[in-house]
Amino acid sequence: MNAASAPDTAFDAILEVEELRKEFVSHRGRMRVRAVDGVSFSLKRGEILGLVGESGCGKTTTGKLIMRLVEPSSGNIRVEGKDAVSLDREADFAYRRRVQMIFQDPYASMNPHFKIRDVLEEPLLIHGIGASRTERMKLVEEVMEKVKMTPASEFMDRYPHMLSGGQRQRIATARTLILRPSIIVADEPVSMIDLSTRAEILHLMKTIQSDMDLSFIYITHDISTARYFTDRIAVMYLGRIVELGTQDEVIDHPAHPYTKALIEAVCEPVSGRVGIMRDLKVKGEIPSASDIPSGCRFHPRCLFATEACAKEPEPELQDLGDGHAQACRRYSEIQYGR
Amino acid sequence: MSDTILKVRDLKLHYFTSKGAVRALDGLSFDLARGETLGLVGESGCGKTTTGVALLGMPSPPGRIVGGSVVIDGTQIVGLPDRELRKNVRWSKISMVFQGAMNCLTPVYTIRELMAETYRVHCGPEALGTEGLEALMEKYVRLVGLSESVLGRYPHELSGGMKQRVVIAMALFLEPKVIVMDEPTTALDVIVQAQILNLIKVLKRDLGLSYVFITHDLSTEAEIADRIMVMYAGKMAELGSSEDIFGVPRDQGDSRSGPLHPYTQMLLASTPRLHRRVSELAFIPGSPPDLVAPPSGCRFSPRCPFARTKCRQLDPPVHEFGKGHLVACWKAMEESEYERS
Repeated sequence: MNAASAPDTAFDAILEVEELRKEFVSHRGRMRVRAVDGVSFSLKRGEILGLVGESGCGKTTTGKLIMRLVEPSSGNIRVEGKDAVSLDREADFAYRRRVQMIFQDPYASMNPHFKIRDVLEEPLLIHGIGASRTERMKLVEEVMEKVKMTPASEFMDRYPHMLSGGQRQRIATARTLILRPSIIVADEPVSMIDLSTRAEILHLMKTIQSDMDLSFIYITHDISTARYFTDRIAVMYLGRIVELGTQDEVIDHPAHPYTKALIEAVCEPVSGRVGIMRDLKVKGEIPSASDIPSGCRFHPRCLFATEACAKEPEPELQDLGDGHAQACRRYSEIQYGR
Repeated sequence: MSDTILKVRDLKLHYFTSKGAVRALDGLSFDLARGETLGLVGESGCGKTTTGVALLGMPSPPGRIVGGSVVIDGTQIVGLPDRELRKNVRWSKISMVFQGAMNCLTPVYTIRELMAETYRVHCGPEALGTEGLEALMEKYVRLVGLSESVLGRYPHELSGGMKQRVVIAMALFLEPKVIVMDEPTTALDVIVQAQILNLIKVLKRDLGLSYVFITHDLSTEAEIADRIMVMYAGKMAELGSSEDIFGVPRDQGDSRSGPLHPYTQMLLASTPRLHRRVSELAFIPGSPPDLVAPPSGCRFSPRCPFARTKCRQLDPPVHEFGKGHLVACWKAMEESEYERS
């Protein structure tokens, strides 16, 4: 294997996103929200990519665009080299079987009148899998074993409200797996789950991911769980990716001032921090996506911004080698004092 | 004037539901020193928020304080009539920043009207006069890092961070000594969260406040709490200084190795760390017990990997290990006896 020397070709990318944009228009066109504003990345086969950022950074919209739940204003999405933006009804149907989503709130995402067996059978019915109920129930049992809801018979006839948050999120995971997808988009799958079980769910998803060779997009505001769960991290700010790289590179050697600020703000469970002020390397709060600043969109909050940052066109991602890329035009000056 | 501003002894609060009494707080005792921050930490349902509202003498129905005492700045508040509590205790001695309060600001009122209402409810209509009240509100809005113009704005015009600052100003401006903060940073983004934590630290330093700081997140307690009480199923599992709970690295002189209660140890191990890459995060199997019929013995025993017969039969007493480091665990107790012998 000479994987190291092989270029990042389209062959090992299962999903490619190119210059993706989504603009929401409201107030009869007087308000335009550029929720996703030129996002490009590729997801390798069997990889977990984290989309990390604060609320309003466009991470969830990016996930929904990939899921085809919202239509892009412009840009391309390709799955295994094939266009995924304009699909006819039949192709759309097949697409949804391949690309599945785990939602944030496992309570709101399940029909409360459905028993667990019905929750899990529904995707099979929709996609016409399994000739008989018995056959489908066999698949349901199998998938419940996969997410460690065993013995399956004990949980099958329960309703969602009879399960804990962690158990519900297992069922939500099972519901996506039952269609044997190749890509899973998980939008904050553990943020509503108690800390003590959060790790358990992440661990389960990671095991399933490697067992089934799934490709995963993990959307989160919590960079600490991304450290545990992901292979690569894309840091998003106000609709764009500002830094992209392996999780070790991004967290241990952050390049973009925004990533640095984000990492600086994270609390750690260690002693010796009580009462010490945090030196936050950022000004103010995230502006509205309806009023995106000129030039580099981070410049009003950046401690390193110069006049050029406000005036020059938006900086693109620059490669720093090893697939680590960042979008600050002053990177080398800041990093090396040049 | 004593150094202890808040003294809680054997506090019991039960929720009387159709299924029976939920023993949400079952004999909780702790002190809060003047100028100190005590962190309350634990999973959902462990009784942290219930403790918070009990300190204000306002358990939400069907809850009732059924035993114990809460003494704030010399005043016993258990058993006081509601009128008395509203007039002389809540907001004048102790106030609370409720979880999610920033999203519960009445949308049709301006911040000025909201704050004025708080004032009227607790101090009567005219104690300060319009101008005096305006000056007071302006002072506190500035203190939390906002401009006075915020007073004329409506909640929806403010960002999450600004709303949280307003809620903190509302908890502060009748000048209580003790403030209960219930998950004040949980719903906020990381950077805003750090900004609010900085604000809470500054206010404590400048105003000499004492906090009871409730969160499920040990990392946040590490920033703010002088001492931390870990709660499990309505009881104290462990109480100690930040150093007792998080440990001190060996190279910094006194080497405290961290928590002694298995629950605290597991909670800590399941907290994701940004700057330490681990291949596997620990987790705690099972879920907290039903508090209508809690398990006999130690309430954590059904989930504890070290549980023995004794743990399942007898409730472990609170034992002091080192100065002020309290632990309720048979295993920790036996190990320390073994070390001594």
